[in-house]
Amino acid sequence: MNTILEYSHVTKQFGSMHALYDVNFTIEPGHIIGLLGPNGSGKTTMIKLACGLLVPTSGSLTVCGEPVGPGSKARISYLPDKNYLSEWMKVSRIIDLFHDFYDNFDRNKSYEMLKRLNINPEQKLKTLSKGTREKVQLILVMSRNADLYLLDEPIGGVDPAARDYILQTILTNYNENGSILISTHLISDVEQVLDQIIFLKNGSISLQSSVDDIRENHQKSVDELFREVFQC
Amino acid sequence: MAWQFDNERPIYTQLLEQIRFLIISGLYPAGSKLPSVRDLASEASVNPNTMQRALAELERSGLIYSQRTSGRFVTEDGVLIKQMKESIGKEKILTFLHEMEQLGYTAADSVVLVEKVVEEEIR
Repeated sequence: MNTILEYSHVTKQFGSMHALYDVNFTIEPGHIIGLLGPNGSGKTTMIKLACGLLVPTSGSLTVCGEPVGPGSKARISYLPDKNYLSEWMKVSRIIDLFHDFYDNFDRNKSYEMLKRLNINPEQKLKTLSKGTREKVQLILVMSRNADLYLLDEPIGGVDPAARDYILQTILTNYNENGSILISTHLISDVEQVLDQIIFLKNGSISLQSSVDDIRENHQKSVDELFREVFQC
Repeated sequence: MAWQFDNERPIYTQLLEQIRFLIISGLYPAGSKLPSVRDLASEASVNPNTMQRALAELERSGLIYSQRTSGRFVTEDGVLIKQMKESIGKEKILTFLHEMEQLGYTAADSVVLVEKVVEEEIR
């Protein structure tokens, strides 16, 4: 039983609208997977289902062989696409909070990353810029020793230099037994860090491939293929 | 060294070429130990699985070999490295000759021009 995450015939409807339709997909350990698709294609819905924040209309999901629930939440480290931390809290207090909440949280790791990105742990969240807040959230998520990291738009608001450091952090922090699913629009920035990609189109998986297979078969990067496939 | 990748070709082939270059140019000398997959991947900012694939290809070509417990090493076969160097040199010259041909130079004209440039450089 090696599969970390499995979607089996997962459909999610919001009213009469299909956000996801009959999605089948598995994540094996040791991969960094890009979840790519235009706005409204179902990326966030897919991630939220795996976190148990949404329940599928039909079909089922398992995390490490078990249904989504408290057990699976302990294994998953999730970066939402929104800020959910309390604005009045100091960064150091939030780190304490995470440390209390999660057994697998590594406090030293988070302080190390804060230092590298020149973030003062004694500052309150509301005094930080948007990009810096995003960095704090990502640090919190990557400081957990999880089996699966679900990162919803992790680098959207951060500057290119910090982006490089964050990708580096993602590369060095994940272990061979874990996997990372990253949803992003900044494909060319993350392309070389990924080994597999999924294209999501109107709630269905339209392509699932390794990055190098795309380059080999199309003689173009994933970024270029995306622009071609989803041309407006 | 900065690792650069173009968009048209698989990343693992480009990694393979760049590591081969490091071996041929002597930065990773014959018989020396290579950094771990993880360290190499981190240095090049690429996925470790992609780096793994590049190293596996290099192993197949004989340029590096792995020892079960102690990691990967550059071959001690100096002749093989030399051959590899020559074949890459030849490839570069063919590309150059092809470009010159498009400029209207025959191979012989190109050689004359190369000699002229080399002479000027020395002076």
